[in-house]
Amino acid sequence: MITVGHYLVLSAILFAMGTFGVLTRRNAIVIFMCIELMLNAVNLSFIALSSHLGNMDGQIFVFFVMAVAAAEAAVGLALMITFFRNKETIEVDDVNLLKW
Amino acid sequence: MEVLFFYLVALVAVLSGLIVVTAKSPVNSALALVNTFFCLAVFYVMLHAPFMAAIQIMVYAGAIMVLILFVIMLLNMGVEPHKKPTHIAWGAIGGTLVLLVSILFIQRGDTARAVGNISKDVVLREGHTALIGKAMFVDFLLPFEIASILLLVAIVGAVILAKKEV
Repeated sequence: MITVGHYLVLSAILFAMGTFGVLTRRNAIVIFMCIELMLNAVNLSFIALSSHLGNMDGQIFVFFVMAVAAAEAAVGLALMITFFRNKETIEVDDVNLLKW
Repeated sequence: MEVLFFYLVALVAVLSGLIVVTAKSPVNSALALVNTFFCLAVFYVMLHAPFMAAIQIMVYAGAIMVLILFVIMLLNMGVEPHKKPTHIAWGAIGGTLVLLVSILFIQRGDTARAVGNISKDVVLREGHTALIGKAMFVDFLLPFEIASILLLVAIVGAVILAKKEV
Protein backbone atom coordinates (compact mmCIF):
# COMPACT_ATOMS: atom_id res chain seq x y z
CA MET A 1 0.00 0.00 0.00
CA ILE A 2 1.43 3.35 -1.00
CA THR A 3 0.95 5.97 1.69
CA VAL A 4 1.26 9.71 1.35
CA GLY A 5 4.58 9.39 3.18
CA HIS A 6 6.12 7.64 0.17
CA TYR A 7 5.29 10.58 -2.05
CA LEU A 8 6.50 13.09 0.51
CA VAL A 9 9.85 11.32 0.92
CA LEU A 10 10.30 11.14 -2.86
CA SER A 11 9.46 14.82 -3.07
CA ALA A 12 12.02 15.59 -0.35
CA ILE A 13 14.70 13.62 -2.24
CA LEU A 14 13.98 15.47 -5.48
CA PHE A 15 13.98 18.82 -3.68
CA ALA A 16 17.31 18.07 -2.00
CA MET A 17 18.85 17.08 -5.34
CA GLY A 18 17.61 20.34 -6.84
CA THR A 19 19.18 22.25 -3.94
CA PHE A 20 22.48 20.44 -4.50
CA GLY A 21 22.37 21.39 -8.17
CA VAL A 22 21.60 25.05 -7.47
CA LEU A 23 24.50 25.21 -5.01
CA THR A 24 27.11 23.45 -7.14
CA ARG A 25 26.44 24.18 -10.80
CA ARG A 26 27.81 27.29 -12.47
CA ASN A 27 25.95 27.28 -15.76
CA ALA A 28 22.95 29.59 -15.29
CA ILE A 29 20.65 27.48 -17.47
CA VAL A 30 21.46 24.31 -15.51
CA ILE A 31 20.78 26.19 -12.27
CA PHE A 32 17.49 27.24 -13.81
CA MET A 33 16.63 23.62 -14.60
CA CYS A 34 17.50 22.59 -11.04
CA ILE A 35 15.05 25.24 -9.81
CA GLU A 36 12.40 23.70 -12.06
CA LEU A 37 13.22 20.33 -10.47
CA MET A 38 12.66 21.82 -7.00
CA LEU A 39 9.36 23.38 -8.10
CA ASN A 40 8.22 20.01 -9.40
CA ALA A 41 9.15 18.29 -6.15
CA VAL A 42 6.96 20.79 -4.31
CA ASN A 43 4.16 20.21 -6.81
CA LEU A 44 4.35 16.48 -6.14
CA SER A 45 3.91 16.95 -2.41
CA PHE A 46 1.06 19.41 -3.02
CA ILE A 47 -0.82 16.91 -5.15
CA ALA A 48 -0.06 13.97 -2.85
CA LEU A 49 -1.40 15.83 0.16
CA SER A 50 -4.36 17.20 -1.76
CA SER A 51 -5.34 13.73 -2.87
CA HIS A 52 -4.72 12.33 0.62
CA LEU A 53 -6.78 14.99 2.40
CA GLY A 54 -9.57 15.04 -0.18
CA ASN A 55 -9.23 18.76 -0.78
CA MET A 56 -8.87 20.48 -4.14
CA ASP A 57 -6.94 23.56 -2.97
CA GLY A 58 -3.50 21.96 -3.27
CA GLN A 59 -4.05 21.16 -6.92
CA ILE A 60 -5.18 24.74 -7.64
CA PHE A 61 -1.97 25.87 -5.99
CA VAL A 62 0.02 23.61 -8.32
CA PHE A 63 -1.74 25.33 -11.19
CA PHE A 64 -0.49 28.71 -9.99
CA VAL A 65 3.00 27.35 -9.38
CA MET A 66 3.05 26.25 -13.02
CA ALA A 67 1.87 29.69 -14.20
CA VAL A 68 4.58 31.40 -12.15
CA ALA A 69 7.18 28.90 -13.42
CA ALA A 70 6.21 29.71 -17.00
CA ALA A 71 6.53 33.45 -16.34
CA GLU A 72 9.85 32.85 -14.60
CA ALA A 73 11.10 30.80 -17.54
CA ALA A 74 10.22 33.54 -20.02
CA VAL A 75 11.79 36.39 -18.06
CA GLY A 76 14.77 34.37 -16.79
CA LEU A 77 15.74 33.11 -20.21
CA ALA A 78 15.39 36.62 -21.68
CA LEU A 79 17.72 37.87 -18.94
CA MET A 80 20.21 35.12 -19.79
CA ILE A 81 20.16 36.05 -23.48
CA THR A 82 20.75 39.70 -22.60
CA PHE A 83 23.59 38.77 -20.29
CA PHE A 84 25.13 36.51 -22.92
CA ARG A 85 25.03 39.37 -25.44
CA ASN A 86 26.94 41.63 -23.08
CA LYS A 87 29.46 39.19 -21.59
CA GLU A 88 29.65 36.23 -24.02
CA THR A 89 29.12 33.79 -21.14
CA ILE A 90 26.41 32.69 -18.74
CA GLU A 91 28.64 31.24 -16.02
CA VAL A 92 27.28 32.61 -12.76
CA ASP A 93 30.85 33.21 -11.50
CA ASP A 94 31.14 35.96 -14.11
CA VAL A 95 28.02 37.73 -12.85
CA ASN A 96 30.00 39.79 -10.35
CA LEU A 97 29.28 43.43 -11.18
CA LEU A 98 27.55 44.01 -7.84
CA LYS A 99 30.18 42.11 -5.84
CA TRP A 100 32.53 44.09 -3.63
CA MET B 1 2.03 -4.59 -7.61
CA GLU B 2 1.19 -0.89 -7.27
CA VAL B 3 4.00 -0.50 -4.76
CA LEU B 4 6.47 -2.12 -7.16
CA PHE B 5 5.34 0.23 -9.91
CA PHE B 6 5.72 3.19 -7.55
CA TYR B 7 9.28 2.20 -6.67
CA LEU B 8 10.18 1.66 -10.32
CA VAL B 9 8.91 5.08 -11.39
CA ALA B 10 10.44 6.71 -8.31
CA LEU B 11 13.80 5.13 -9.15
CA VAL B 12 13.61 6.47 -12.70
CA ALA B 13 12.62 9.91 -11.41
CA VAL B 14 15.50 10.06 -8.93
CA LEU B 15 18.05 8.75 -11.44
CA SER B 16 17.02 11.26 -14.08
CA GLY B 17 17.06 13.96 -11.40
CA LEU B 18 20.66 12.96 -10.65
CA ILE B 19 21.48 13.26 -14.35
CA VAL B 20 19.92 16.74 -14.39
CA VAL B 21 22.21 17.80 -11.57
CA THR B 22 25.41 16.11 -12.70
CA ALA B 23 25.37 16.01 -16.52
CA LYS B 24 28.21 17.88 -18.22
CA SER B 25 26.24 19.10 -21.20
CA PRO B 26 23.14 21.28 -20.58
CA VAL B 27 21.24 19.43 -23.34
CA ASN B 28 21.60 16.15 -21.42
CA SER B 29 20.33 17.90 -18.30
CA ALA B 30 17.31 19.19 -20.19
CA LEU B 31 16.42 15.78 -21.62
CA ALA B 32 16.77 14.13 -18.21
CA LEU B 33 14.54 16.84 -16.76
CA VAL B 34 11.87 15.99 -19.34
CA ASN B 35 12.15 12.37 -18.18
CA THR B 36 11.61 13.47 -14.57
CA PHE B 37 8.54 15.45 -15.63
CA PHE B 38 7.06 12.37 -17.26
CA CYS B 39 7.66 10.33 -14.10
CA LEU B 40 5.91 13.00 -12.05
CA ALA B 41 3.00 12.93 -14.49
CA VAL B 42 2.72 9.18 -13.85
CA PHE B 43 2.56 9.91 -10.12
CA TYR B 44 -0.18 12.47 -10.69
CA VAL B 45 -2.21 9.84 -12.52
CA MET B 46 -1.62 7.43 -9.63
CA LEU B 47 -2.88 10.12 -7.24
CA HIS B 48 -6.15 10.48 -9.21
CA ALA B 49 -5.22 13.86 -10.67
CA PRO B 50 -5.20 13.17 -14.43
CA PHE B 51 -5.77 16.80 -15.40
CA MET B 52 -2.64 17.84 -13.52
CA ALA B 53 -0.73 15.06 -15.32
CA ALA B 54 -1.87 16.38 -18.70
CA ILE B 55 -0.97 19.95 -17.71
CA GLN B 56 2.41 18.74 -16.43
CA ILE B 57 3.27 17.19 -19.79
CA MET B 58 1.85 20.02 -21.90
CA VAL B 59 3.14 23.00 -19.93
CA TYR B 60 6.38 21.68 -18.43
CA ALA B 61 7.62 19.04 -20.85
CA GLY B 62 6.03 20.76 -23.82
CA ALA B 63 6.38 24.50 -23.36
CA ILE B 64 8.95 25.33 -20.70
CA MET B 65 11.49 22.68 -21.69
CA VAL B 66 11.25 23.61 -25.38
CA LEU B 67 11.93 27.22 -24.37
CA ILE B 68 14.98 26.14 -22.37
CA LEU B 69 16.25 23.92 -25.19
CA PHE B 70 15.87 26.81 -27.65
CA VAL B 71 17.94 29.06 -25.41
CA ILE B 72 20.59 26.36 -25.00
CA MET B 73 20.86 26.06 -28.78
CA LEU B 74 20.76 29.85 -29.24
CA LEU B 75 23.62 30.43 -26.82
CA ASN B 76 25.65 27.47 -28.09
CA MET B 77 27.35 26.67 -24.80
CA GLY B 78 30.07 24.08 -24.39
CA VAL B 79 30.61 21.84 -21.40
CA GLU B 80 31.31 23.34 -18.03
CA PRO B 81 34.92 23.57 -16.81
CA HIS B 82 35.87 21.56 -13.74
CA LYS B 83 34.49 22.65 -10.41
CA LYS B 84 36.36 23.07 -7.16
CA PRO B 85 35.95 20.07 -4.79
CA THR B 86 35.17 22.37 -1.85
CA HIS B 87 32.34 23.83 -3.88
CA ILE B 88 30.83 20.37 -4.37
CA ALA B 89 31.32 19.51 -0.70
CA TRP B 90 29.42 22.63 0.41
CA GLY B 91 26.67 21.82 -2.05
CA ALA B 92 26.45 18.25 -0.76
CA ILE B 93 26.25 19.51 2.82
CA GLY B 94 23.49 21.94 1.89
CA GLY B 95 21.51 19.32 -0.01
CA THR B 96 21.84 16.77 2.80
CA LEU B 97 20.69 19.31 5.37
CA VAL B 98 17.62 20.14 3.28
CA LEU B 99 16.88 16.42 2.93
CA LEU B 100 17.28 15.80 6.67
CA VAL B 101 15.03 18.70 7.63
CA SER B 102 12.32 17.59 5.21
CA ILE B 103 12.47 13.97 6.39
CA LEU B 104 12.21 15.23 9.96
CA PHE B 105 9.14 17.27 9.03
CA ILE B 106 7.56 14.28 7.30
CA GLN B 107 8.20 12.03 10.30
CA ARG B 108 6.92 14.51 12.86
CA GLY B 109 4.03 15.76 10.76
CA ASP B 110 0.54 14.35 11.10
CA THR B 111 -1.27 13.84 7.82
CA ALA B 112 -4.14 11.71 9.09
CA ARG B 113 -6.57 14.52 9.86
CA ALA B 114 -8.86 17.00 8.08
CA VAL B 115 -10.15 14.69 5.42
CA GLY B 116 -12.24 16.69 2.92
CA ASN B 117 -15.03 15.44 0.73
CA ILE B 118 -13.17 14.99 -2.58
CA SER B 119 -12.45 11.28 -2.52
CA LYS B 120 -11.37 8.99 -5.34
CA ASP B 121 -15.00 8.08 -6.02
CA VAL B 122 -16.03 11.73 -6.35
CA VAL B 123 -13.18 12.33 -8.79
CA LEU B 124 -14.22 9.31 -10.85
CA ARG B 125 -17.89 10.31 -10.84
CA GLU B 126 -17.64 14.05 -11.49
CA GLY B 127 -14.42 14.13 -13.50
CA HIS B 128 -11.20 15.73 -12.36
CA THR B 129 -11.29 18.55 -14.90
CA ALA B 130 -14.79 19.56 -13.81
CA LEU B 131 -13.72 19.66 -10.17
CA ILE B 132 -10.63 21.74 -10.99
CA GLY B 133 -12.71 24.11 -13.12
CA LYS B 134 -15.29 24.56 -10.39
CA ALA B 135 -12.65 25.29 -7.77
CA MET B 136 -10.70 27.62 -10.05
CA PHE B 137 -13.54 29.72 -11.41
CA VAL B 138 -15.61 29.92 -8.24
CA ASP B 139 -13.31 29.92 -5.24
CA PHE B 140 -10.08 31.10 -6.87
CA LEU B 141 -11.33 33.53 -9.49
CA LEU B 142 -9.31 36.53 -8.30
CA PRO B 143 -5.97 34.65 -8.10
CA PHE B 144 -6.71 33.29 -11.57
CA GLU B 145 -7.13 36.82 -12.99
CA ILE B 146 -3.99 37.99 -11.19
CA ALA B 147 -2.07 35.06 -12.72
CA SER B 148 -3.22 36.14 -16.17
CA ILE B 149 -1.91 39.68 -15.54
CA LEU B 150 1.36 38.17 -14.30
CA LEU B 151 1.73 36.20 -17.54
CA LEU B 152 1.01 39.32 -19.61
CA VAL B 153 3.66 41.28 -17.70
CA ALA B 154 6.13 38.40 -18.14
CA ILE B 155 5.56 38.31 -21.89
CA VAL B 156 6.06 42.08 -22.23
CA GLY B 157 9.15 41.92 -20.00
CA ALA B 158 10.67 39.03 -21.96
CA VAL B 159 10.16 40.81 -25.29
CA ILE B 160 11.68 44.04 -23.99
CA LEU B 161 14.65 42.26 -22.37
CA ALA B 162 15.44 40.18 -25.45
CA LYS B 163 15.37 43.17 -27.83
CA LYS B 164 18.59 44.11 -29.58
CA GLU B 165 19.12 47.59 -28.13
CA VAL B 166 19.11 46.76 -24.42
